[in-house]
Amino acid sequence: MIVDKIKKREPGIKKIKSNIDIPIGQWIKCDNCKDILYKDDVRKNYNICPNCGHYFRMHIGKRLDLIVDEGTYKRFDLNLDTTNPLGLEDYPKKLKTLREKTDLEEAVACGTGKIKGEDVVICIMDSGFLMGSMGAVVGEKITYSIEQAIKLKLPLIIFAVSGGARMQEGIVSLMQMAKTTAALTKLDEAGLLYISVLTDPTYGGVTASFASLGDIILAEPGAMIGFAGPRVIEQTIGESLPEGFQTAEFLLDHGFIDKIVERKDMKETLYKLIQYHKGGEA
Amino acid sequence: MGKEISAWEKVEIARNPKRKTSLDYINSIFDDFIELHGDRNFKDDKAIVCGLGKIGKQNFTIIAEQKGRTTKENIERNFGMPNPESYRKAIRFMKQAEKFNRPVITFIDTKGAYPGIGAEERGQGEAIAKSMFEMAKLKVPVISIVIGEGSSGGALAIGVANKVFMLENAIYSILSPEGYSSILWKDSSRFKEAAEKMKLTAKDLYSLKVIDKIIKEPIEMQEEDFAKVSDDIKKEIKKEISRMKKLSKDDVIEERYSKFRNIKELIEK
Repeated sequence: MIVDKIKKREPGIKKIKSNIDIPIGQWIKCDNCKDILYKDDVRKNYNICPNCGHYFRMHIGKRLDLIVDEGTYKRFDLNLDTTNPLGLEDYPKKLKTLREKTDLEEAVACGTGKIKGEDVVICIMDSGFLMGSMGAVVGEKITYSIEQAIKLKLPLIIFAVSGGARMQEGIVSLMQMAKTTAALTKLDEAGLLYISVLTDPTYGGVTASFASLGDIILAEPGAMIGFAGPRVIEQTIGESLPEGFQTAEFLLDHGFIDKIVERKDMKETLYKLIQYHKGGEA
Repeated sequence: MGKEISAWEKVEIARNPKRKTSLDYINSIFDDFIELHGDRNFKDDKAIVCGLGKIGKQNFTIIAEQKGRTTKENIERNFGMPNPESYRKAIRFMKQAEKFNRPVITFIDTKGAYPGIGAEERGQGEAIAKSMFEMAKLKVPVISIVIGEGSSGGALAIGVANKVFMLENAIYSILSPEGYSSILWKDSSRFKEAAEKMKLTAKDLYSLKVIDKIIKEPIEMQEEDFAKVSDDIKKEIKKEISRMKKLSKDDVIEERYSKFRNIKELIEK
């Protein structure tokens, strides 16, 4: 459902299918305008298509480079591995292959870092790992990060990208929604700032838990954000969806996010918002 | 009672349109019930019923997902699939429960939160998240009872409880078996196999510590069985509430917090 739809929209960095003979290493095709782009140009342009402005999805490493001051990121030392609560035959193998292929350990990276000198706890999800889905490890890492933010009295920033709760871990994944949400009640009581940044795509159990609970919710332009996937909704209501449905702009219009922020302005915006929450004169 | 049946058979039992609904249980368990309506914002969404109830002298706030039996009822109840207004109504009653120091009892029975254009426009994800958020920090005891289908975030939205009970033949899962097989295996015809894999039965969920108590029930519920099952639920509610009433408000919150905090299923390497 959700996953299918998302896969179709995934920028085909590795899966490019084209009749034109191009060295895959250096070129990518824009998902939106279909233009063939020189990778370096895209990279220099915040991973945005220089031709049409389409936002490519970002890997954790690139996002960190963009947001966190150089050399300040320290990942939390959590050596967690998932069990296979439903005993699915191919799940452990799938995780192993993904880890080798992506050099990601899981769908989220968490740690502390500085944003223009301001200390924060930061979590960054990655769509390259099982579509950023939330299983026990993702839930535990997010929860641990919230607890660390409370302990260290730091603002919390989470960059969300997710297809939702991870199917392979069944009910255990579902319960991570309650776990992360409950942890956020404690952050709230501690009077600490939580900024949730929604990126393309954010759906399902992640939208219906921590991603929607920021004191401030930002989103990248054009990001698809919702609870139910577009196909599920179409199937349920038996009609096609309106233009622009579930885009960041749609959510802004309906009052569910505070601001759409372009990639080039994200770091400065976060910095400014953190500054606004640093006490000041009463 | 108690004959082993397959997970898929349980799915069919849990979905049987003749199965007792939340209002049946509410009327049978509580000495009195008064339904109160509306989210004070947009509408009264009828997939969730809220109100006040009594067992003896003890008052309760009741929040329940309600399916219909007839087509007409199902249309009125949106087939038990809540819109955001249902969750916002639930939140309103949770906050009142805390203000007036009443324990909260929730009944879970839904295929999931409604996937519709309006539901998305009005923030279905936010409504579910906020419902769990408010529930997690309630200073009063909360008990949830899964009586039929507990599917996805739409069920968990009113399931952040100190204790979760579940009827023996109810199901509780991340998604319907049909949705699960279609997403995971790209083959919606493998739903029976999915049901067996998903650990959606009361027994499986008890061993995963997702639920705390299995309430026995027969496969086919006759009226005298229903009276017995209701009475068993009532006894468990009374037992747990009298235990939790001895706890401090902080301990009530902490007990609920650690229940969900400890659902890990991880290996520390």
